[in-house]
Amino acid sequence: MPLEVYFNVVIGGVLTGLVYGLMALGLSVIFGVVRVVNFAHGEMMTIAMFIAVLAFSALHLDPLIMLIPIAAVMFVFGYALQVALINPFIRRPEHTQFLLLVALAIIIANTLLIIFGPDARSVQTAYALDSFQLGPIIIDAAKVYAGAAAILFTVALFAFFRLTLVGKAIRACADNYTGALVVGLDVQRLYALTFGLGAACVGAAGAMLVLVVDVTPMLGPSYTLLAFVIVITGGLGSMPGALVGGVLIGVTEALAGLLFTPSAKSMFAFAILVLVLLFRPQGLLGRRLS
Amino acid sequence: MTRISMQANRRRMLAGAAATAATLAAPAILRAAGGALRVGVLLPRSGFEAGIGQDCQRGADLAPAILKSLGLPDITLMNADTESNVDTARARAEKLIGDGAQLLVGAFDSGQTTAIAQVAEQKGIPFVINIAAAPAITEQGYKFVFRNFPTAPMILGDAFANQKNIFAAIGAAPKSVVFMHVNDTFGTAMAKGIGAVMPKFNMPYTIAEEIAYDPAARDLSVEVAKAKAADADALLVVSRLNDAMLLTRELVKQRWTPQAILSMGPGWYDDQYLKTLGSLADGPISFVPWYDPHKKLTQVLEAALAKADSNVNLNTNHIFTFEALLVAADAYRRAGSTDPKALAAAIRTTNITDNVSIGPGIAFNAKGQNDKVKDGAIQNRGGKLLTLAPKDAANAKPEWPMRSYLSRG
Repeated sequence: MPLEVYFNVVIGGVLTGLVYGLMALGLSVIFGVVRVVNFAHGEMMTIAMFIAVLAFSALHLDPLIMLIPIAAVMFVFGYALQVALINPFIRRPEHTQFLLLVALAIIIANTLLIIFGPDARSVQTAYALDSFQLGPIIIDAAKVYAGAAAILFTVALFAFFRLTLVGKAIRACADNYTGALVVGLDVQRLYALTFGLGAACVGAAGAMLVLVVDVTPMLGPSYTLLAFVIVITGGLGSMPGALVGGVLIGVTEALAGLLFTPSAKSMFAFAILVLVLLFRPQGLLGRRLS
Repeated sequence: MTRISMQANRRRMLAGAAATAATLAAPAILRAAGGALRVGVLLPRSGFEAGIGQDCQRGADLAPAILKSLGLPDITLMNADTESNVDTARARAEKLIGDGAQLLVGAFDSGQTTAIAQVAEQKGIPFVINIAAAPAITEQGYKFVFRNFPTAPMILGDAFANQKNIFAAIGAAPKSVVFMHVNDTFGTAMAKGIGAVMPKFNMPYTIAEEIAYDPAARDLSVEVAKAKAADADALLVVSRLNDAMLLTRELVKQRWTPQAILSMGPGWYDDQYLKTLGSLADGPISFVPWYDPHKKLTQVLEAALAKADSNVNLNTNHIFTFEALLVAADAYRRAGSTDPKALAAAIRTTNITDNVSIGPGIAFNAKGQNDKVKDGAIQNRGGKLLTLAPKDAANAKPEWPMRSYLSRG
């Protein structure tokens, strides 16, 4: 097979993996701070994708322009969700949190099904079918824009957590819950902010992903599962780990499809997950819990 | 004495209750025999096959009024969603029978249809398959399962014959193809069938590469990159709707327009495909069970569909779902009863010549298979579906090779 085919496929895998990584980053941020596993993660991304589809079909607003507004809407959604629904479950057994979020996922998926019906919907931007040609290498333009936006969004998020007081306070909550309470941090508010930020990540990822994937109300579970594979591979709670995990899974799936059979793409992603769980249970960039 | 008398009273009371129940039930049974036939329609109206399932539903919704206008008895549809899932299909079939369905119709997908067939046979309720091509379904010796749709080998045999007719008409043919197919029950059955049937037809092309993929795939860029790298003249595909759209988009993005896209399954002619992709939808040729545009009932169905939804072209999904209900109503008329055995016996002796699909009509062999139904070859052009073959049903000549995607604006 010509060498350029490998380049094409690997570049596509990296770009898709970056968007996957941003989506998984939301899950990792929420778990890293709030210690709640968001089983409605994929469904929340589906909401963002439908908002992007609506904004485009009604107002012809490009999903990349809508990225920040959608992230803001999802931030508010996540914040409200944490305050109203999830907060009372924070200190309850994990299985009740699990049931709560699975129930939420089912409600979201079925509400979307009632509103939008089961058909796949897409956003046909002017560049939706464009590609860049660099010699023999052809790169999907929408994936390039989505990958670049994912990098920018992630950098902004990293900067927020490293450079701002609120970001540092959230990290303090994650590192030492009791210590944060002792020094007088408003932990409940910081938890809500964190859940909002996680939801904003998934919102931004949804706005980008709608450029490369058609959305249906039932899309959520497969992306929730994908986000889990990515964050466990990268390291649950690790922000760089989510991005690295996303790229690794994106490239693995792409190369497995090319070198073996496309039917077995997901199998290889799960094989990596099993290997990581066996040999580095804390994930590639995760911290070993004492 | 008192004791004996009480027993007698109890016995009398039970007998009285049974008599009362029988009296109350009798009119219901009589009503059932003279009333509408309750038909459970099982389709994947949500999940990854939702687009096609809902399209099939259009054919079902049009049927009761048309059948009545033909002088056939009333039918009442009991709709159920299989959610594109085999286990749900089985559970919904059981529930429909429990709720009083006297006959089942469905279910578009071979895997789901196989599950429903098992339930129907076990419960002794007739099941008329609208669309499902896996040959094994009518090879089990079932007594209550009937299929008015070609099996995978029948589809393939007609497809290769029609392809050769087209190649002869245009004076050209691809030398090699890449064969891309979904890896579900239908796709796998078709892939096996191609291996078995193709050598018998001495086709002018060879298969340069075979690529199987998940029908629920989110991204087919790798698959198309692999297909393009094979440097074949044409694409041979067995797909569903969503993946057909994904494949087309990837062909455009990866700047590859094969000489032809030859489809042996659904997807490429579906309305959602035509509407979503606009001019990019033009060109693919589908070799599918189709309608004869010259038949009278086709025109009736086409007019009814245009009245119900003017933006939808008549297609396989509507035709065969409608015809499954035609079989049901025709059998009910001849059986004069909703008794499942009488209905099954009537279906077995079906002989409908005034139908919609290509071929001499609807009749079932000993296995419950209509082995006379024929495929057509259709091409997408300007948002319409034109019939290229067989000759008797054709209303257009083939456009070959496909116009480059890059020149379509």
